[in-house]
Amino acid sequence: MKIVIIQYNAGNIQSVLYALERLGMAAVVTDDAAEIEAADKVIFPGVGEASTAMQYLKDRKLDVLIKNLKQPVLGICLGMQLMCLHSTENETPCMGIFSTQVKQFKPLDTTIKVPQIGWNTISNLKSDLFQGVPENSYAYFVHGYYAALGEHTMATTNYVEAYSSALQKDNFYGVQFHPEKSALVGEQIIKNFLSL
Amino acid sequence: MLTKRIIPCLDIKDGRTVKGVNFEQLRDAGDPIELAALYAQQGADELVFLDITATIEKRKTLSELVNKIAHRINIPFTVGGGIKTEADVSMLLQNGADKISINTAAFIDPSIIHRFAKNFGSQCVVLAIDTKLEADGNWYVYLNGGRQKTDSLTTEWAKKAVDLGVGEILLTSMNHDGTKQGFALDITATLSSQLSVPIIASGGGGSAAHFYDVFTQGKADAALAASIFHYKEVAIPDLKKYLQQKGISIRI
Repeated sequence: MKIVIIQYNAGNIQSVLYALERLGMAAVVTDDAAEIEAADKVIFPGVGEASTAMQYLKDRKLDVLIKNLKQPVLGICLGMQLMCLHSTENETPCMGIFSTQVKQFKPLDTTIKVPQIGWNTISNLKSDLFQGVPENSYAYFVHGYYAALGEHTMATTNYVEAYSSALQKDNFYGVQFHPEKSALVGEQIIKNFLSL
Repeated sequence: MLTKRIIPCLDIKDGRTVKGVNFEQLRDAGDPIELAALYAQQGADELVFLDITATIEKRKTLSELVNKIAHRINIPFTVGGGIKTEADVSMLLQNGADKISINTAAFIDPSIIHRFAKNFGSQCVVLAIDTKLEADGNWYVYLNGGRQKTDSLTTEWAKKAVDLGVGEILLTSMNHDGTKQGFALDITATLSSQLSVPIIASGGGGSAAHFYDVFTQGKADAALAASIFHYKEVAIPDLKKYLQQKGISIRI
């Protein structure tokens, strides 16, 4: 199986590579169109700021390329957000794979911290991605913006309000949390994605 | 619900864990990777590695160590100690660290906070503050591992740093550190109430009850400790079970 991790100007790409290695899988980190298109599985990771990342993808026409992929694609954190319709982070139009808006957490007081950093539960699990993952399992989140609930929601998490912690449409999957840092639960989700 | 985090801290010198540890199940108790993997398996929510290596030449050892840790453990970790430049941060993140922690260098040149946040994202910039309660009733910022006093109030420095873009604050009370008599509840609660970012409390944790106190009265988002975990005075699974039974949101 050929796994490609899309390389762009976002952090935590190495962590995803190492997580795959722990599962005994090798992956190629690349922004080469032909290599991405030829992959069996594509992972689109990312930590960073939406408009800068989106501009980088557009400059290299990677936004159109990703949208047209036919094999299973997994967006992680910012990767998932960039697959949504629009992000209010610097008012950024995104790829529009998922019909979901990305908004900033706006708590009423400092008892709720932004960004959300830490372990939170994932519930209402629907996708094949969560085969063997118990309801209300804990996953590791680091984010200040969230995808609203919508028709493509496959898992929900509560922080300030209920939001989409996973999305799926056809061959496109997205998770807001970091499976590569979510201990055994995360490993199960990565394994599930690789066996799609 | 978002859980409170339990964070073991490992002091590293020349690639080895400094404080002695006491785990029979480890082949090499001085090997930080073995210890980190054990803590991850026991349910630690994150790990912090503080490098106290004196010389720059030995720094290469740190990035190699970070790379090995990142390969081995499946939970997030922060690396701190002597970080001054974008190149330092970049090297650690590229080797798999999730966050970096800065202290003295940020106080001397606060503009690095903004630059690091802009280049790498606020989520990976942790500001460590060593603080001490003085006779005048105020908490002051100390630098260089607590050896140098400043005239800055901890509340003011923390607020400025948040405005500049730090994503979390790791607050160590020098009055409490090493005492095992409990965390500094008042200053932790003050910062947590005033600031919009998570506060990691450090210094003084000696029993499970101390962790309960710092999560409730201290309003901390996370709590860090070192020797009580290294010497098995408090076991992470027992601590987490205790906190959960007391009604604290915790990952088991």
